[in-house]
Amino acid sequence: MAPILEVRNLTRQFGKGRETVTAVDAISFAIEPGETVCLVGESGCGKSTTGRMVAGLLEATAGEVLFEGRNIRQLDRKAYQRYRQTVQIIHQDPYSSLNPTQTIRQILTAPLLRHRKVKNSAAAEARVLELLEIVDLTPASDVIAKYPHQLSGGQRQRVAVARALTVDPKFIVADEAVSMVDVSIRVSILTMLARLKREFDVTFLFITHDLALAKYFAWEGRITVMYLGRIVEDGPTQRLITDPRHPYTQALLSAVPEADPALAQHKRQIELRGAEIPSLLALPPGCSFHPRCPYMLPGQCDRTVPALEPVEVGGRVACPVRKQDAVSLLV
Amino acid sequence: MGSIQGVLSWLGTTLRLMSYNKAGFIGFLMTSAILLVCLLGPLWIPLDTTTKLDKIYQPPSAEHWMGTDHQGRDIFSQIVHGGKDVIYVAAVAALLSTLIAVTFGTVSAFAGGVTDSLIMGVTDVILTIPQFPLLAVLAAFVKLDNLTLLGLFLGVLSWPALLRAVRSQALSLKERDFVEAARALDLGTGHIVFRELVPNMMTYIVISFTLALTAAVYTQVGLVLLGLVPVSSSNWGVMISLAWTQGAIFFRDAMWRIMMPILAIALFQLSVITMTRSLELAFNPRLRTMA
Amino acid sequence: MVQSTVGRPANDRHPDKPPLSLQNVHVSYATRRGKVQAVRNVSVDLHAGESLALIGESGSGKSTLGLAIVRLLPETARIEPGVITYRRNDREVDVLKLSRSEMRAFRWSDCAMVFQAALNAFNPVLKVWAQALDTAQAHGWHDKPAIRRRLVELLEFVQLDPKRVIDAYPHELSGGMRQRVLLALALLLNPQVLILDEPTTALDIITQRTIIKLLRQLKQEEHFTMIFISHDLAIAAELADRVATMYAGRIVELGTSDDIFYRPRHPYTLGLIRAVPTVTGGFEQLFSIPGSPPDLVKLPGGCKFHPRCTFATERCQQEEPELEQVGAEHSAACWNWREVQAELQRNPLHRGALNVLDGIGSEVEGS
Repeated sequence: MAPILEVRNLTRQFGKGRETVTAVDAISFAIEPGETVCLVGESGCGKSTTGRMVAGLLEATAGEVLFEGRNIRQLDRKAYQRYRQTVQIIHQDPYSSLNPTQTIRQILTAPLLRHRKVKNSAAAEARVLELLEIVDLTPASDVIAKYPHQLSGGQRQRVAVARALTVDPKFIVADEAVSMVDVSIRVSILTMLARLKREFDVTFLFITHDLALAKYFAWEGRITVMYLGRIVEDGPTQRLITDPRHPYTQALLSAVPEADPALAQHKRQIELRGAEIPSLLALPPGCSFHPRCPYMLPGQCDRTVPALEPVEVGGRVACPVRKQDAVSLLV
Repeated sequence: MGSIQGVLSWLGTTLRLMSYNKAGFIGFLMTSAILLVCLLGPLWIPLDTTTKLDKIYQPPSAEHWMGTDHQGRDIFSQIVHGGKDVIYVAAVAALLSTLIAVTFGTVSAFAGGVTDSLIMGVTDVILTIPQFPLLAVLAAFVKLDNLTLLGLFLGVLSWPALLRAVRSQALSLKERDFVEAARALDLGTGHIVFRELVPNMMTYIVISFTLALTAAVYTQVGLVLLGLVPVSSSNWGVMISLAWTQGAIFFRDAMWRIMMPILAIALFQLSVITMTRSLELAFNPRLRTMA
Repeated sequence: MVQSTVGRPANDRHPDKPPLSLQNVHVSYATRRGKVQAVRNVSVDLHAGESLALIGESGSGKSTLGLAIVRLLPETARIEPGVITYRRNDREVDVLKLSRSEMRAFRWSDCAMVFQAALNAFNPVLKVWAQALDTAQAHGWHDKPAIRRRLVELLEFVQLDPKRVIDAYPHELSGGMRQRVLLALALLLNPQVLILDEPTTALDIITQRTIIKLLRQLKQEEHFTMIFISHDLAIAAELADRVATMYAGRIVELGTSDDIFYRPRHPYTLGLIRAVPTVTGGFEQLFSIPGSPPDLVKLPGGCKFHPRCTFATERCQQEEPELEQVGAEHSAACWNWREVQAELQRNPLHRGALNVLDGIGSEVEGS
């Protein structure tokens, strides 16, 4: 199947001159229709910047984004508008993603009318109610006249999803979409997103720093791990979680606190050589992870940037030194 | 029917929110009282124009609440009649400068790039020219005997500081996720500016308006006082100006004549400035929608 | 790290006398919308050298409770009724009766609070050294060289390079470094009890691990008595001996870490555990708790959890249950805790430990 979205050597820099920061450094990946991909990494790894470039909210400095096989920069006006509507984004903070001065009705009606998704305001009202039902905000007639602050964090996030659905998107970038929602209701939002994926053929790029959530949401999909602007490893979720090959992925997985006392006790502790993440302003040469990596080979890792190469267990790993070696995460 | 009800409930909410701040609400009541007196007062209280040589420079009394002037005329009636023009000119000036500042400040922030540089360039140039001397010089060339014209004239020169402030507000709002979501939904610049940005800046705009109002009062009175604008009607500025030129500051007896218009101006300014505290509450979108 | 650097006098430990006891503690706020009962009827003893985790969602009252112990609540808050008793050696203090200055002394030298490592936990214009000096001097310790020696020791203990950190401004430090500096400052005056509010929230994963290791070290080697406040179950699983689940201002379940994670008896605890995934635990079927966290101004009658509870009966709508003994060191405030137990026998928890680890099964419900 042809990928719905593909990025090639996608790069984004911020700032000028000596202050230039490369937030995303020539990354390439492709997402098939219906696939669920999680983009995982710590703060400053470039995952959100990537998401915003994919959603057309930020221009790439170099490289290209192909949507349904076509470079989005070469689309004519009409096709570009269609692409912008086809790709939607759900933000992290439901307290800042909804305009506090508008009611839920106003928030959801504006895009419907603007893009002529409905004929008149009566039809818009009906559609808004329908959308609220779709995102499990019931009874919808109770919610429609409320202002965002009258809803809980989880309910607001559902409104944000409903808003994205007004334009019938085919691809949704969910940027930390549940990390600010109370733990007890996170799962219900993820379940709803998974349902939308099935019912409306929406493909998700799920961006998160939380590996446990990534594992749960993309159990049948793929995880891509980023570190300081580059992809260090990707692969099918179940392989990547149980048999990570890149030393950074291993370090990350071993570091994640476990919500289970027995697992917490039996987790392998991987000692890094340095605890601090280098600054994007002074990236180390070669593999950016080498100053912290326990397997660093002098003369190799600190000289050449490792290529992201396929591994036979599935996916790609940017570490020629360790890509053949499995490490158990529990001891 | 619905719209009247809407307006009433809007007013109700506004008043209730304003009453949360005691000082601000008192400011609001005083401002309203001054406006009422200045707008409706002249209908009841005739302007005292008859010279009464036996009553020159009297201190305040039951008969003459604010004393009398150099021709024995009642100062209170002059104060009542002299507010309307001052407030009108200030309101025109404040309205114009707020309008310019909000429109171009938001556009500048939202459009960015060349548009932003251009608008900011013009703003900075105007900002660096000292306002009052420029006004004084211009007043010499333009005949400002029309009140509306004077108001527009003041307004056209007083927006730059406000524009910078509005722009920085809009810049920070622009980064909010709901604005980005509106961009992702391709809702258009008009929608983003007037539906997403401006409603969230209402507090700021309203307060800016009141501050512009007070500034315009001072500038206007200053110009009048220096005799740079030939305003014929009796207004608070003209009253000070006349008292001044006729040497009222040299007689202790004449104190009331020069103090009363000054007090009237000070009271008005104080009321308006205090009222902004309540306006902050009333136009805060969070509080407003909680009602 | 060696005992002498960070440690406390050994006689702090009175096995039978808990260093901190809360009895019947209530905290309320006056707000425009009405009186908010943020904490209701909390009683718990904190044993010497133990670490207790307070877990719960927004509005559960966990942070308010933490702030109440060191009396750092805003002016509008009232702590009454309630008794907070603190014991060190043979001294016994009624915390709520301390004067302002006694409270300041208590706050650093007996019971220190470590806030989430946001920038605003620091005075932005003071270097780390100046912050430490201020703190020490405010408690009558004026021997500068000694203060400096102590700070250097503590910074080394939290694995920071004192040379680099001591003359740095807060904004020059990364989030993880700030959290470690806060920890070092909290230890400066040798407190007996540490209260840590969301100690790893907002930190990167690998940094979280460094902090967790450090806290484990404080617990295992230095035997500090600690309270962790977190919305994150993982912090409890990683660090706590005992866990208290809070909901709508009350402790609804209290037990050992294993009790809470493998034998929960309160439907809310069960719901939380079933809602949170692990990383290495294999495939997990997760469920969320229906409804939203409670509005503290408009709390429902009876058990505050009943509108979201799948076990709720008519009684739950009428009467609020008190904590009841359900195991050796385990209590839960639920009329239907036996139903929860039965449910766990029917549908055992799909915890990672069950799927992945051997030899744990015997401890786990239903096997």
